[in-house]
Amino acid sequence: MDLIPVTIDGQRIEVPEGTSVLEAAELIGIDIPRLCHDPVLGAVGTCRLCVVEIDGMRNLRASCTTKVTPEMVVRTGTPRVQESRRTVLELLLSDHPADCLTCEKMGSCKLAEYAYAYGVRKGAFAGAEHHYELDDSNPFIVRDMNKCILCGKCVRACQEVTGKNVLGFAFKGFDTKATPFGDTSYLESDCIFCGNCVAVCPTGALTEKGMQGQGRTWEMEKVRTTCSFCGVGCTVDLNVKDGRVVGVTSTDGTVNDRAMCVKGRFGWDYINSPKRLTKPLIKRDGRFEEASWDEALYFVASRLGEIRQRYGSQAFGALSSARTTNETNYLVQKFARGVMGTNSVDHCART
Amino acid sequence: MAGLATTFGSGAMTNPIADIDQAELLLLIGTNTTEAHPVIGYRMLKARRQGARLIVVDPRRTELADLADYWLQLKPGTDIALLNGLMQIILKEGLEDRAFIEERCENFEELRDTLESYTPERVSEITGVPVELLFSAARLYATTDRAALYYTLGITEHVSGTMNVMSCANLAMLTGHLGRPGTGVNPIRGQNNVQGACDMGALPNVYPGYQNVNVPEIQAKFEQAWGVPLSGEIGLKIPEMFDAAHRGELKAMYILGENPVLSDPNTNHIRAGLEKLEFLVVQELFLTETAQYADVVLPGGSFAECDGTFTNTERRVQRVRKAVEPLAGLADWETVAEIMTRMGMPARYRDASEIFDEMAALTPSYAGISYPRIERDGLHWPCPTPDHPGTPILHVGKFSRGKGRFQAIDHVPPGELPDEAYPFLLSTGRVREHYNVTTAYSPGIMALWGEEHAWINPEDAHALGLEADSRVRVTSRRGEIETAIEITDRVPPGMVWMSFHHAGSPSNALTSHLVDPVSGTGEYKVCAIKVEKLIS
Ligand code: SF4
Ligand code: SF4
Ligand code: SF4
Repeated sequence: MDLIPVTIDGQRIEVPEGTSVLEAAELIGIDIPRLCHDPVLGAVGTCRLCVVEIDGMRNLRASCTTKVTPEMVVRTGTPRVQESRRTVLELLLSDHPADCLTCEKMGSCKLAEYAYAYGVRKGAFAGAEHHYELDDSNPFIVRDMNKCILCGKCVRACQEVTGKNVLGFAFKGFDTKATPFGDTSYLESDCIFCGNCVAVCPTGALTEKGMQGQGRTWEMEKVRTTCSFCGVGCTVDLNVKDGRVVGVTSTDGTVNDRAMCVKGRFGWDYINSPKRLTKPLIKRDGRFEEASWDEALYFVASRLGEIRQRYGSQAFGALSSARTTNETNYLVQKFARGVMGTNSVDHCART
Repeated sequence: MAGLATTFGSGAMTNPIADIDQAELLLLIGTNTTEAHPVIGYRMLKARRQGARLIVVDPRRTELADLADYWLQLKPGTDIALLNGLMQIILKEGLEDRAFIEERCENFEELRDTLESYTPERVSEITGVPVELLFSAARLYATTDRAALYYTLGITEHVSGTMNVMSCANLAMLTGHLGRPGTGVNPIRGQNNVQGACDMGALPNVYPGYQNVNVPEIQAKFEQAWGVPLSGEIGLKIPEMFDAAHRGELKAMYILGENPVLSDPNTNHIRAGLEKLEFLVVQELFLTETAQYADVVLPGGSFAECDGTFTNTERRVQRVRKAVEPLAGLADWETVAEIMTRMGMPARYRDASEIFDEMAALTPSYAGISYPRIERDGLHWPCPTPDHPGTPILHVGKFSRGKGRFQAIDHVPPGELPDEAYPFLLSTGRVREHYNVTTAYSPGIMALWGEEHAWINPEDAHALGLEADSRVRVTSRRGEIETAIEITDRVPPGMVWMSFHHAGSPSNALTSHLVDPVSGTGEYKVCAIKVEKLIS
């Protein structure tokens, strides 16, 4: 592949043909602000925040859609660029609720991040504001379209990642809205509640219902792990606060590139179910009674010991699980073979 | 997975998930991927949008069938006939990969002789797939350079499951679609760690890494490592365990994280077996249908409560991390280790990585893997040494067993077919929103998908006088259940489809008692039922 030499903010770099200016800058650690760009989605250049100055071009260019050309000279932070970004942010804020204090997205909102970085406050432009009703009619996703900046990432995620094409832009001009076709609720659409639109939304327009009021991003520990709901094995982040899992969110992972499905993103809450067993149970006279671990383990060990003694190894069988870890499976078969003396160990054959 | 192991010498997905992007043709047999494995489904949809061709073999009109170049709507349980038919066409038209067959395979003549009788006309008769479609599909698959075959339960959950798998392997070998990017024979595994549970030797015939229990040197190796005498006799598979319990020979069971009453076929047989046990221990998150039979229930820990690894469907070993303390105090492995220690086999592991290291030292295909190496991304086994990069594509240049072995296989009809008394064919499977038992405890999931809906064709619904909100009684020779319905032409007339996720309508009370004699997998995909409208 041909390598193309370019200069960005005085640094020279060679990048493969077809690389965008934004990606090339990233390679040398320059983080150009962006609201509508996402590495897994097609670049559209609508938010105009990623503009840069390129020698020999009169207008500022959106760096996400501009491909590098040989000997291109790019400047990413000139006063003209900064001014342009400020104007974009001022326009966005003019129609954005000043609701950050209670907004679910506070701490991870890209709009707030850039407004802060560029010192932009609400009020530079006075204009009409939207007054959409909050839509929390489905169990998983809350939509506050007043906070939508029409970046279109949700539309593209639904189309390009999930392949569902549920979302589009309805209406024109000021009334434009990112919404299921026919401006229905998610429930009435073909939505499969994968939440991939929520994962890419830069503002508080789309948020996880289960995480409402559960804590601020900076209070949460993110634990990288593997989803346990199917054989795909998506990499996900468990969001933990005060010793409790309060959400599951996307993270960079080779298997799934941040994509998830309804189970992985929203079906995990069984782990906090009040119906879970918290104490060992021993059946006495046909009824379960709570027991201490010590009592229960002692009972299991002695009963299994008796059975091994009285009937021999062949009287025992173990079922391990395709849901539990390799380590637990290894121990279960070691237990059946090494302790009980039998190879009768299997797991549910639902492959 | 016995089928692929026999043919190739290894029973797992031959190619990685990411290969879907590279395939020019996807051949999907008995897999409703967008429902059962959504994120792989997204990838297939994307490949399709970007121009990959698509052939779908499924009795149901799945989402992907809607998008296919060719949808082969075969009668359930006729996969071998169909595959044999495709192979006969390929041979008759000279579209096979001669060089691949000669250099890399054996036993071709036997296959060729068997295929002789599978003429397109006969195959069409057996499968219900029109002759022209057989020709189109065979030609497209054989003549596409990078063609990848995927299958799931629609292939394996039959009495002929193992042979179905071998037939898929035959087709791929015949056309040389193996050992290269964008090709392969790829079973997509359903449960998150079914690959790992097999790899770890939670199987009655093998130790971790598919090392046979009845080979003396292997037995000696494990005896030495574990410091105890071991048995060289192959153990019982699940259905055999329940049969033995019935006969009073199996007295005690330890069941961890499984709910066979709900998830195994022929529920009533399982219940009766459990009842006869003298002692049953169940380790579970919830007081499940199975746990109700236990003498002792030990509270299980969820995946968020332990360190460890899962091995995904593409053989990638990935980290699981403890995010919160086990609700009941012990992670699953700690509970098992405690019992082992108390029964005289000290199992004092400081953490999960020590267990992994012990296993890896005994398991050649995992020998090069360790927690530090999979901190971020995971590794595909086989990975024999610490500097080995892992093996995303199997059988490059040569099969695990040396030569790929063609298996001559004849069509075996399903064990039970509809008749006058039970005129409908029931098939069961997975839906996108549910996962065996756990999701039933998710309030959000249950709010939207809380009830079973048996799918029934509009023609049949009309004949039975059913409306969209009707409820029905479904009866088989083994049991009966009640359920709501969905009237849809995604199933053909004569067929009913149900999931197996709902305790309120446990479809496995109906399913067949017949199993694949090789794998022990139940025939969930075909049984005979009758359907009656319930008068409310
Ligand atoms: S809802 Fe979010 S992702 Fe969608 S257009 Fe609005 S701001 Fe962008
Ligand atoms: S949840 Fe998924 S299917 Fe529904 S709108 Fe968002 S991306 Fe589309
Ligand atoms: S997020 Fe969905 S597709 Fe991914 S592993 Fe979990 S259940 Fe499977």
